[in-house]
Amino acid sequence: MSRTFVGMPPFPTAARAALADTQLRANLAHATTTIRAKRAAVVAELDDWEALRLRAAAIKDDVLLHLDEHLVRLEESLTARGAVVHWARTAEEASEVVAQVARAHGVDEVVKVKSMATQEVELNEHLAAQGISAWETDLAELIVQLGDDLPSHILVPAIHRNRAEIRAIFEREMARVGRPAPADLTDDPVRLAEAARLHLREKFLRAKVGVSGANFAVADSGTLVVVESEGNGRMCLTLPEVLVSVVGIEKVVPTWTELDVFLTLLPRSSTGERMNPYTSTWSGVTPGDGPQEVHVVLLDNGRTRALADEVGRQALRCIRCSACLNVCPVYERTGGHAYGSVYPGPIGAILNPLLKGVGHDEQTDSLPYASSLCGACFEACPVRIDIPSVLVDLRAQVVDAHRSGVPKPEALAMRAAAAAFGSGGRLAAAEQASGLAGRALDALSSLTRRGRRAGGRRLVGRLPGPGAAWTDARDLPVPPRESFRAWWKRTDGGTR
Amino acid sequence: MSARDEILAAVRGAVATARRPVEVPPLDRPEREGDVDLFAARVADYRATVVRCPPEGVAAAIAAALPERATVVVPDGMPYAVPGAVPDAGLSSAELDATTAVVTTATVAIATTGTIVLSHGAGEGRRVLTLVPDVHVCVVRADQVVDDVPAAVRRLDPARPTTWISGPSATSDIELSRVEGVHGPRTLHVVLVGPADGTPPGAVS
Repeated sequence: MSRTFVGMPPFPTAARAALADTQLRANLAHATTTIRAKRAAVVAELDDWEALRLRAAAIKDDVLLHLDEHLVRLEESLTARGAVVHWARTAEEASEVVAQVARAHGVDEVVKVKSMATQEVELNEHLAAQGISAWETDLAELIVQLGDDLPSHILVPAIHRNRAEIRAIFEREMARVGRPAPADLTDDPVRLAEAARLHLREKFLRAKVGVSGANFAVADSGTLVVVESEGNGRMCLTLPEVLVSVVGIEKVVPTWTELDVFLTLLPRSSTGERMNPYTSTWSGVTPGDGPQEVHVVLLDNGRTRALADEVGRQALRCIRCSACLNVCPVYERTGGHAYGSVYPGPIGAILNPLLKGVGHDEQTDSLPYASSLCGACFEACPVRIDIPSVLVDLRAQVVDAHRSGVPKPEALAMRAAAAAFGSGGRLAAAEQASGLAGRALDALSSLTRRGRRAGGRRLVGRLPGPGAAWTDARDLPVPPRESFRAWWKRTDGGTR
Repeated sequence: MSARDEILAAVRGAVATARRPVEVPPLDRPEREGDVDLFAARVADYRATVVRCPPEGVAAAIAAALPERATVVVPDGMPYAVPGAVPDAGLSSAELDATTAVVTTATVAIATTGTIVLSHGAGEGRRVLTLVPDVHVCVVRADQVVDDVPAAVRRLDPARPTTWISGPSATSDIELSRVEGVHGPRTLHVVLVGPADGTPPGAVS
């Protein structure tokens, strides 16, 4: 993948473009409807789902509040099991560790398991700049990479593509980087999966260095866990001589036993299966089995910033299942690209500002507003991240970050409202003015007979100037002729 | 300051005023026996094949599960007879790629999810053995079937590598519709041994 999300416009601009793409909306509606039904069916099979969520959330909270101790423990366990532990403060540091390992072994290619952490740090671009090809081996990632596209979903990065588009990409691009697509390829998903199998097998068999992330890292035993479907993960984790795993510091669980709840919650929440086809666990080096040189990169890249956020800290519980994307009415319509990040959807709307901080760029600051606050994400989240509450808190942070400098029209309106509500006299004056405006608009619309009505009240048309942004998406009733206070005074509380 | 020390210091700063004991509720599930029938049904749900047989019928069930004239690899410590099997003497990936099938045992099986778990000891072999050949025949004893995922976690040793297998390799990456058979074995054949409940040899569930 050579494209990155750098320079993406703010959410409203990107969303408008996405909404105009009818093919995208059809692909998304189909995919999210399918996955929602599957998830609901397998969640309903367990009668203690809520208890599992509570346990998972508590385990993660406990880990996060004592993360330093768990990380030190994890480092000890990994080292004792023969792994080399690296620490990376930033994306660049993490990518550079992988590049160093590749250089040390003189390779010009690595095979990759799908991993959010390596996407976040833009590892592929970093390696490409040093002449090292990073081959994505997850089917959806392969589609995105071959199509020079961007991922649009955490779990199914090519969710925005339908089978016909995928066939076209394979036919056009596979030959450029390896074994070409079969000449008689169709758009049958079975044939497309077969084409990926054949294309990637030669890469698996010759690869010297594998790169992965991890879904979980067990502090006590030094065990990493990768949850997957296709077997590409197993290929990358076992065939190469050298394995580098880039792991966010929030991925820690204290002991092996705690995996009980996470391995129950994750597959049901993400692919809507009782269990995903393959889960691999390994603890450092196993003599005679799999990679004999194992590196683990513990990645911060903003996580300690998120950890310091009292309300937002809970976002670090996230196990990247993507259930919140699939239930989100906003995501279902805009798709993932509009969020301008490898983390799209509701979790992306909080995770990106938490990792990067607000007040620095317009795109990140727009994300906490990319929600209707309907709460479907919170309900679906297997680790009970209260995404709506974090969104609201982040909106406050965005507003606070813009308090100095030129105020926005919204801020000016709020200031005027504060002044009016701050004194009885000023409020009365404002009400009188509004009543006059109301009478005038009322008279005008009855004169022209063009006034629209809602709930029996006439509506103001499109406001001029900056007010237009507000009336474009909302109905504004004509102000009442008389305020409540004036009415009360005139009728003595309705008695006259 | 090293990256390590800087990250740890940042963590300590971030949680300094927030540290509190968190009460983690234990998993409150009754310990249940693994339901062998449910296991067989759930494995079949993944479009894997399940054959049940008594202990004396294992060799025949394995032979029946293997494709004709297949080249077959077996790991060290395989307790059952496998016709024509090549023992794994450190076969290379390319040699395994030219092998049709692998026969192994398992460590534990999970009824509610239809999962088999290998911990790659005797009878189960190196991880790559059950990955590269296209057909995996796995012999599971009924007494290895536990009820759920937490019970399986408790039975496993984290020091060993483990592979949890739920049906054949699959993907849902194209329009979220499930397709069996990507990189791992495209055929998973589970031979479920016992219990001695009178199930006729070779009965398919």
